[in-house]
Amino acid sequence: MPKNPDVKKVLVIGSGPIVIGQAAEFDYAGTQACRSLREEGVEVVLINSNPATIMTDGDIADRVYIEPLTVEVLEQLIEKEKPDSILPNMGGQAGLNLGMELEESGFLASHHVKLLGTTAETIRKAEDRQAFKDTMEAIGEPCAPSKVVESIEEGIAFTNTIGYPVVLRPAYTLGGSGGGIAHNQMQLEEILENGLRLSRVGQVLVERCIAGWKEIEYEVMRDSAGNVITVCNMENLDPVGVHTGDSIVVAPSQTLGDKEYQMLRTAALNIISALDITGGCNVQFALHPESFEYCVIEVNPRVSRSSALASKATGYPIAKVAAKIALGYTLDEITNAVTKKTFASFEPALDYCVVKIPRLPFDKFLTARRTLTTQMKATGEVMSICTNFEGALMKAIRSLEQHTESLRSYDFTAMTQEELLERLKTVDDLRIYIIAEALRKGASQDAIHDVTKIDLWFIDKIAILTQMEHRLETEPLTEELLKEAKRMEFPDCVIAQLSGRTEAQIKQMRREQDIKAAFKMVDTCAAEFASATPYYYSCFDGENEAIITSSEVKKKVLVLGSGPIRIGQGVEFDYCSVHATWAFAKAGYETIIVNNNPETVSTDFDIADKLYFEPLTPEDVENIVDLEKPDGAVVQFGGQTAIKLTKSLMEMGVPILGTKAEDVDAAEDRELFDKILEDTKIPRAAGGTVYTAEEAKEVANRLGYPVLVRPSYVLGGQGMQIAISDQEIEEFMAVINRYAQEHPILIDKYLMGKELEVDAVCDGNDILIPGIMEHVERTGVHSGDSISVYPAHTIGDQVKETIVEYSGRLAKALHVKGLINIQFIVMNDEVYVIEVNPRSSRTVPYISKVTGIPIVELAVGVILGKTIRELGYEPGLQKDAGYMAIKMPVFSFEKIRGAEISLGPEMKSTGECLGIAADFNEALYKAFIGAGIDLPKHKQVIITVKDADKGEAIGIGRRFEKLGYTIYATRSTAAALREAGINARKVNKIQQESPTVMDLILGHRIDLVIDTPTQGRDKSRDGFLIRRTAIETGITCLTSLDTAKALLTSLEAKEKQRELTLIDISKINR
Amino acid sequence: MKAFLILEDGTVFQGKAIGACKDAVSEIVFNTSMAGYLEVLTDPSYAGQAVCMTYPLIGNYGICMEDMESARPWLDGFIVRELSRKPSNFRSDMDIQDFLVKHDIPGIEGIDTRALTKRLRDRGTMNGMITVNESYDLPDVLARLKEYRVTGVVDRVTCQKKYTIPGIKRLEENGPVSGSDISRTHERKAPSMIRRLNGAGKRVALLDFGEKNNIVRSLQKRGCDVTVYPAFTKAEEILKEKPDGIMLSNGPGDPKECKEAIQEIKKLYDADVPIFAICLGHQLMALAAGADTHKMKYGHRGGNHPVKDLETGRVYISSQNHGYVVDVEHLDQKIAVPAFVNVNDGTNEGLSYQGKNIFTVQFHPEACPGPQDSGYLFDRFISMMEVAKDA
Repeated sequence: MPKNPDVKKVLVIGSGPIVIGQAAEFDYAGTQACRSLREEGVEVVLINSNPATIMTDGDIADRVYIEPLTVEVLEQLIEKEKPDSILPNMGGQAGLNLGMELEESGFLASHHVKLLGTTAETIRKAEDRQAFKDTMEAIGEPCAPSKVVESIEEGIAFTNTIGYPVVLRPAYTLGGSGGGIAHNQMQLEEILENGLRLSRVGQVLVERCIAGWKEIEYEVMRDSAGNVITVCNMENLDPVGVHTGDSIVVAPSQTLGDKEYQMLRTAALNIISALDITGGCNVQFALHPESFEYCVIEVNPRVSRSSALASKATGYPIAKVAAKIALGYTLDEITNAVTKKTFASFEPALDYCVVKIPRLPFDKFLTARRTLTTQMKATGEVMSICTNFEGALMKAIRSLEQHTESLRSYDFTAMTQEELLERLKTVDDLRIYIIAEALRKGASQDAIHDVTKIDLWFIDKIAILTQMEHRLETEPLTEELLKEAKRMEFPDCVIAQLSGRTEAQIKQMRREQDIKAAFKMVDTCAAEFASATPYYYSCFDGENEAIITSSEVKKKVLVLGSGPIRIGQGVEFDYCSVHATWAFAKAGYETIIVNNNPETVSTDFDIADKLYFEPLTPEDVENIVDLEKPDGAVVQFGGQTAIKLTKSLMEMGVPILGTKAEDVDAAEDRELFDKILEDTKIPRAAGGTVYTAEEAKEVANRLGYPVLVRPSYVLGGQGMQIAISDQEIEEFMAVINRYAQEHPILIDKYLMGKELEVDAVCDGNDILIPGIMEHVERTGVHSGDSISVYPAHTIGDQVKETIVEYSGRLAKALHVKGLINIQFIVMNDEVYVIEVNPRSSRTVPYISKVTGIPIVELAVGVILGKTIRELGYEPGLQKDAGYMAIKMPVFSFEKIRGAEISLGPEMKSTGECLGIAADFNEALYKAFIGAGIDLPKHKQVIITVKDADKGEAIGIGRRFEKLGYTIYATRSTAAALREAGINARKVNKIQQESPTVMDLILGHRIDLVIDTPTQGRDKSRDGFLIRRTAIETGITCLTSLDTAKALLTSLEAKEKQRELTLIDISKINR
Repeated sequence: MKAFLILEDGTVFQGKAIGACKDAVSEIVFNTSMAGYLEVLTDPSYAGQAVCMTYPLIGNYGICMEDMESARPWLDGFIVRELSRKPSNFRSDMDIQDFLVKHDIPGIEGIDTRALTKRLRDRGTMNGMITVNESYDLPDVLARLKEYRVTGVVDRVTCQKKYTIPGIKRLEENGPVSGSDISRTHERKAPSMIRRLNGAGKRVALLDFGEKNNIVRSLQKRGCDVTVYPAFTKAEEILKEKPDGIMLSNGPGDPKECKEAIQEIKKLYDADVPIFAICLGHQLMALAAGADTHKMKYGHRGGNHPVKDLETGRVYISSQNHGYVVDVEHLDQKIAVPAFVNVNDGTNEGLSYQGKNIFTVQFHPEACPGPQDSGYLFDRFISMMEVAKDA
């Protein structure tokens, strides 16, 4: 069936801010879908509230709206843009829910807009628990015994008929939010209460627990003619019980015979057909490990995290094909973009093994429970490809960038075999390391299997790896042994440690014995057909097939990606990497991307001329460098991951393009940087560098508390804290020094003032500043967690000029060629520098979009030798774009049990959204709505602040009162408010008699909790409990009074009830 | 122990010996199925060939005897990248190494199977030798390889005496439908997609050119009684039993070699009995009807090829194993028209005979290994027998 000619203008819905369970994979899918639609001559209107994404670029869609993803906004947009169709299945659950709501309300029908790619009926059948179960029963596909309940009583009654344990899954939530396994009635009540509230329709599925079964997924495609194929199947190493997003996943399945494989494949095809899906779909099965019994766990009628993984694992572009199917094409009409010979109706055949490992955020949330459950916690993931499982696992481990190089990277040597087996009963992210140690201690594979239920095949693979460790420790390092260790992807540094040699010696041995990495192609067809796609992975047991072009024809640039998405280093850096790649390509370079993140646009095989899907360690990058011999590498776009490789690249003889390594060092090295500040006469907070807690205390006492403690060379304020006492210094230093620090730790006097930030391009001489951004929160809250306002609106011209002047001086002194990010404090109209990063930052996409100045492209321009003037820009601060654009951080605290939510110098947000409007209030209102803070609801607020904040709390209280809010406050806050004439109701603290503040929160009638923790780390169990409970019951909780004031401003403006204006940012141009 | 794979073009791969320690000269082909190595090993169509699995990890779930497609493996050699040391599956009866030794099949592991596959793809199917003899004489080996031809393989694999397998009488004997009933029973039965005994009481004659067990099973599970005849059976002997339908099975080798069988099939063509043929059977029917076949560069072997049913326009993913193909360009359209086509390379995948109750397919609707998507063709055959009987 050819393309449907009625589809001319399509509205694509993005997934919004990055949160746990809905991350960069939707930028990848959405971008691919938009490009695929435009290829067909379709006009694309895009809406996504997330400014950090590539999909929200003017060159991806025809019209781009970075607006809140609400039904009201979408209705308004449809009226404005009049699309004939809407594509809701690229934007994750968020997009699907919106599409569904618009359809159900009749709005789409009355505006003659069609849902493409899926129907409301399909969404309902897949997402509504009961409808799904009925559909499955009708076609004979088994589900675990289950019931949809709408009350706790109903849940208890049903569980009593099927017995504990039961799995609980709220309907219409993401990443299994609010779900869990209940082993007794108390747990059941707790999870049910939470889940019922989180579900959009107040429903939770109570289900027989099938924990311990094999978890198998199929990615399936279907077209409107009913043709169906499976793109890929995947097996979770972690059996059912751990969310697939938190599981180690391998593709294709390893332990299924053809009978099991085909049984589940046929079931998946039957299911997609019965649900009448056109496009992509993910089906998850639980398979009994000792029979053919299986059940369907879940179906996602849209592209998903798993489909992004499957796309990268196979080379089959699921989102692209799904978009074409939505336009009416059938699978046999769509060409396979990899082979150009076969068609989209050809099922990929893999001739390698793929391993995915989730990137969990427990290094950010030290207090959080590491336990893995059916509630997803990972912020991102890494993928690796190898010719064997052992190698793929080893590569994935070192891709994580969590100080992990091998299965020995977490030390459990102090534990006995019995203790280790006991410890394995707790399922967490350290499980594979513990299994490895248990095997080293002689535990039997069966004993480990009995506890973990992990298939013996996987346990044996871990045993093969620990046996290799043992051989390297005990046997002479022969050529044979070294070859075998490399085949399993032991990095040189680990071989060196185990064999008692140096890394250089191992490298030398490898050179002598010609043991080197070869690169193989991901071609969708296991070499059956010749393919031209330069998508490669390395192995040590084969001939190289990467085609090396001569740099005489075209100069070659190596673009280093940013690895897994984690807090502090998100999709923004992928935006920068991709734009840099495009800019180099435009300048006539051959571009080579190295990255290991399957969720991103940068690892799509048609972004760069060549893609190497590899870990970002010096050794892995050197393998590529040895082969490709690039003319240069850029590190300034890939976040800290890429920056960290600078020194190694230089040692390999690869020129670093742009700002020189020694200048990057000068910005990070305290002494060098102080010298520069002195030379350029720029003030900064007093401080010192230390290595030990003793030194730190000495510096702190000299400066006077409070002080800022932070390691150098980190992103996202990792490990950064404000300390108010010697005791805290000791605590924070201990945390930082968990890992040996290569660089000193910085101790600075903490200055409290207004924080400002610029991203700029410098050509070594002139500087271009697209705009100054101002943070709503005072210093002390990490810039990534602050509300950021462009253009800065509360500072005077004098301060602006000083900032521009200082920026210019700093960029020049650091010989910056390319991007630079500088953060300032303004206190009493005095400007201080906080830090300088001569590289891209997380605000680059945001500032580029709202000013219309493509600063990544400009940066590449100056890196290649052009001046700012030659690029058509006048240096200096550019004039305001005529809009207020506010970047609002978005958090995923509710997903991480036990995480401290109070804001501080260490970044905690997972994503961001934008509010853009002609005036500040509207922009702020949009930003809050976009972040999901849509008030008022019940008009009740709880205020509990530390003593120092009592004065400011009065103003806040007064404003809430004026908005008609009922104010509750704990004892001393209440007293302060009442004294100021505010009618605050006093509530008891948690341990006092009921009703306490906790009862109030659990009463579900509270809009907002404002709780400022005591300075530094809050030690009070009370405050922590209040904040956690608020977050877990879905109540907005603010820990900064500045944020609270901004929210008030937005609520007050809302009172005036104005219609929002929607802004097409692709038209912001100059 | 070291082992070598020597190709006709002089390429030598060094790896480790697996299975039986003996030399094997054979035609080297590759198969892209990611699961189902036992079904490949025991598919008689591989007689005269050594198979390279492109998926690198083989043997992961051991050997489950009940999944065998014939009584023994028929291929000459087995080539893999890595043989699993730990078979892990609840049904596994032994590991693959012991299985190969037991059936005296030599093999090689630890070679770059992708590099081998690319050579076969670029230069076409070649002969090769697996040897453990480190001091092999290359010119001598190459001379032997040039000589080698796959011949007489159908005679080797066909049954020697006819035998009958009764159809099942009750649907439940089939085991569960799509797994749903297993949830209640916990029995270790193989799953089945069959939902109706639409072939109950039908008598099918299956001409065995190297049939895979699942052809018989597919008919039996639909209720058909199946009588299997050796490849050398005369047409009269089959026709005198008045079967409701005749099936021509898959099998190994060059179809043109089966001259006598083609003569007999001509007679079957002339009789008005519904015929359904698979793979080699499809090629033999085409030759019997006056069409031609030719050898493909490197054939189709795997479980992922899309075939289009030209009658409905629907595309199905099929299980494939063939090195020869029917030449449609010289096909007399008055005799037969293409019924299926390969979406990727446009080669013929099935024929529908004009004015006859005959249809034949190049691919394997019986799957095993591979997708079950085209299993509906057995139902089509049964309907055809139904209609023919009514007429």
